[in-house]
Amino acid sequence: MISRRDLLKTGGAIVVSFAFARRSAAQTAKPVDPKEVDSFLAFHADGTVTIYIGKVDVGTGLRIAVRQMAAEELDIPIEAVTLIEGDTALTPDQGSTGGSTGLTRGGVEVRLAAATARQALLKPVAGRREGDRLFLKVDPKAPLKDPSRYTVVGKPILRPDVPGKCTGRQAYVQDFSLEGMLHGRVIRPRAFGAKLLSVDESSIRSIPDVRVVREGSFLGVVAKDEWAAVRAARELKATWSERQGLPGNAGLERYLRESAIDHDEVVVERARNDPAAAMSSAAKRLSATYRWPNQSHGSIGPSCAVADVRDGGATVWSSSQGTHALRTNLAKVFALPLDKVRVVYLDGSGSYGSNGNDDVAADAVLLSKNVGQPVRVQWTRQDELGWDPKGPQQLLDLRAGIDADGRIVAWETEMWLPATKPGARPLLSPDAAGIPQDHGQSSGLLSQNGDPPYAASNVRVVAHYLKDTPLRPSNLRAPGKIANVFAVESFTDQLAAAAGIDPVAYRLRGLTDPRAIEVLKRATEMFGWGVKPPLAQGSLKVGHGVAYMRYKQAENYVAMAMEVAVDQVTGKILVRRVACAHDCGLVVNPDALRNQIEGCIVQTLSRTLHEEVKFDRSRVTSVDWVSYPILTFPEVPAIEIALINRPELPLVGAGEAASAPVAAAVANAVFDATGARLRTVPFTPERVKAAMAGA
Amino acid sequence: MAKYNFQVNGSGVSVESWDPGQPLLYVLRNTLGLHGPKFGCGLAQCGACTVLMDGKAVRSCLTPVRQVAGHAITTLEGLGTPENPDPVQAAFIAEQAAQCGYCTNGMIMSCKSLLTQTPKPTLDQVKQGLAGNLCKCGTHTRILRAVMRAAGGQA
Repeated sequence: MISRRDLLKTGGAIVVSFAFARRSAAQTAKPVDPKEVDSFLAFHADGTVTIYIGKVDVGTGLRIAVRQMAAEELDIPIEAVTLIEGDTALTPDQGSTGGSTGLTRGGVEVRLAAATARQALLKPVAGRREGDRLFLKVDPKAPLKDPSRYTVVGKPILRPDVPGKCTGRQAYVQDFSLEGMLHGRVIRPRAFGAKLLSVDESSIRSIPDVRVVREGSFLGVVAKDEWAAVRAARELKATWSERQGLPGNAGLERYLRESAIDHDEVVVERARNDPAAAMSSAAKRLSATYRWPNQSHGSIGPSCAVADVRDGGATVWSSSQGTHALRTNLAKVFALPLDKVRVVYLDGSGSYGSNGNDDVAADAVLLSKNVGQPVRVQWTRQDELGWDPKGPQQLLDLRAGIDADGRIVAWETEMWLPATKPGARPLLSPDAAGIPQDHGQSSGLLSQNGDPPYAASNVRVVAHYLKDTPLRPSNLRAPGKIANVFAVESFTDQLAAAAGIDPVAYRLRGLTDPRAIEVLKRATEMFGWGVKPPLAQGSLKVGHGVAYMRYKQAENYVAMAMEVAVDQVTGKILVRRVACAHDCGLVVNPDALRNQIEGCIVQTLSRTLHEEVKFDRSRVTSVDWVSYPILTFPEVPAIEIALINRPELPLVGAGEAASAPVAAAVANAVFDATGARLRTVPFTPERVKAAMAGA
Repeated sequence: MAKYNFQVNGSGVSVESWDPGQPLLYVLRNTLGLHGPKFGCGLAQCGACTVLMDGKAVRSCLTPVRQVAGHAITTLEGLGTPENPDPVQAAFIAEQAAQCGYCTNGMIMSCKSLLTQTPKPTLDQVKQGLAGNLCKCGTHTRILRAVMRAAGGQA
């Protein structure tokens, strides 16, 4: 809503000054309809502007980048812009913060609202007037500022949350408290789906002010003192039924291959003439199987939420990446009117997708509803690694034929993936309590990047979607794409080797898109491709590897070269250095972008070298940082990044893309060093030694 | 309830606890409202809860409050403020060495302790010194640069 327009033009800069219109009591709700400009923007009398965005900053830099985009479009200083993220009562629903859509949807929609407002300031526009108020619809055709005039977008402006994070002043959901708030903990069974048989409350009699909450097989405790809640949850004696509903991670591949298939999808089919003939007449035929394990989000801070259920409604403080969807689901599950449920976003520990944040919110709601007071639930380390929904396992069979020149004449990818089922992912506590809810299943667009990004004939990618998935699957950074690129780019490397052609030359020969060629050339030049290190240093063998992909075959171009040293005695891989070239179109904040790319690389090295959820027939058994190890500082490589900025092109999200080529680049470098192909993640020393023994 | 007297960020405090085994982390966060130290694992495996006790990094999630009596604790808040950060905090801000920032407390407090013992560390010494501090956002390269900057060296 724009009222009492007061537009001054000063030296080309626009100074806007609006009275912040006060709505009548009946209109206290702030508009959140994404069609309305004032759902996104509020202009204040002092010249400052508040941006309301449905997306959230989970440590990614969105918080500064969106400010830059808005300030640029409004021609106001960035200091004049404040940002409200993800509060369902104040922000439009712009979809969950996932799939690298924070800027591509979140930022771009804010920019369009800002452009619409700017247009309205510059010339009279059509809009509904009420007194001195003007209701503006977001104009999809509002003229955007010419990128050549950008002065704020493209600058490495410092992120506003970093000083608070470095001095203990940034408020996290874990730090939030309310008057009268109790601390809650949920006691999970020893086995997934086990029934609660009995509870012995006398076992915690010595702990002060604790109350046990039991609803069906949901078992929780609340206490005034957090340590009392911790101890009560640990010491409360309960008996549960036995249950052995899982295949165990050791039998996972067989389980996947033998599992009932919900449906098949032909994901890609291109340049197909006569695949059978092409394959049978190929000079060389190759095939390989690639395996990616279940992985946890591995948030350093276990999930946490505070809920206050009262007066037939609920307010929840959460660091969920999808506060709007969470609100809708909580209202449905707990039978609360949607307009009486609000989810307020607060920073949390990095979540990299859907970790335990939605589940812990439901824990807090269920406990608060039972005890009639606000409740904060803090998951334990064992809760988070044991019970967060998992980035799902992937299995891929690849087959290809090359002609005498090494050109790909036929390519088939078969992949086994969890099926998508409609509705929200089931929440743990409502399930335990026997509350009816959706049992939907989704874990992102898992089937993308399963085809070679190179010239190839007779290409076919088929996905088999499984009826059942052993561990509850969810979105984990760059869903599906990391494993798919691992398979495709490892296999491409194998084809290059079979053709006797250098891996970079082989890839360049199959590329025509100049942006693809540029990232591959930049990365390998920066790296010093072709300048071989001494191949053996003591017990170490050293090698170079490369990988390239275009994210989702439609977005970012990323190429990466790596140097690894493999210890032949221990089987340990040390990635020494990484060179990455990255083209995501328009760069909004180069330093925040570099931070994301560095994060993608290091986090995916961790996933590639170490991470695998272990489970037996009953439960997840990798529930701390010893049983679920992640990358540590001594393993951190030197990283060099080249950003290719294309201000004239639309931006694409960059929170995930650089993750995708990492595993393949490591595997290809290990092959270069040792002659062994690693096809099962994580690349543990045992697997490396086994692969070297078979090479 | 038993009382425990110690120093926190330069001031004397006297806190009550019903359990002498209560970890310092809960006393700092809930009794004293100091949210710099974070709960990460409760197992001394990740470092998010790190504080300084008499200048040395300790894991507050496994340090019982009774062991703290008579000692001096420093938390992230005690080092500096956004307006007036301590040199290590300033180095982390300059390098933008945080993403979600949840592990940052442990990184900075461990770095303080490391630089007290080894004022001019090599990059490898910093990597070894921070080996017990986990980060999942992958901010490691920036954290290393920040520590080297704080030490006056080059990463």
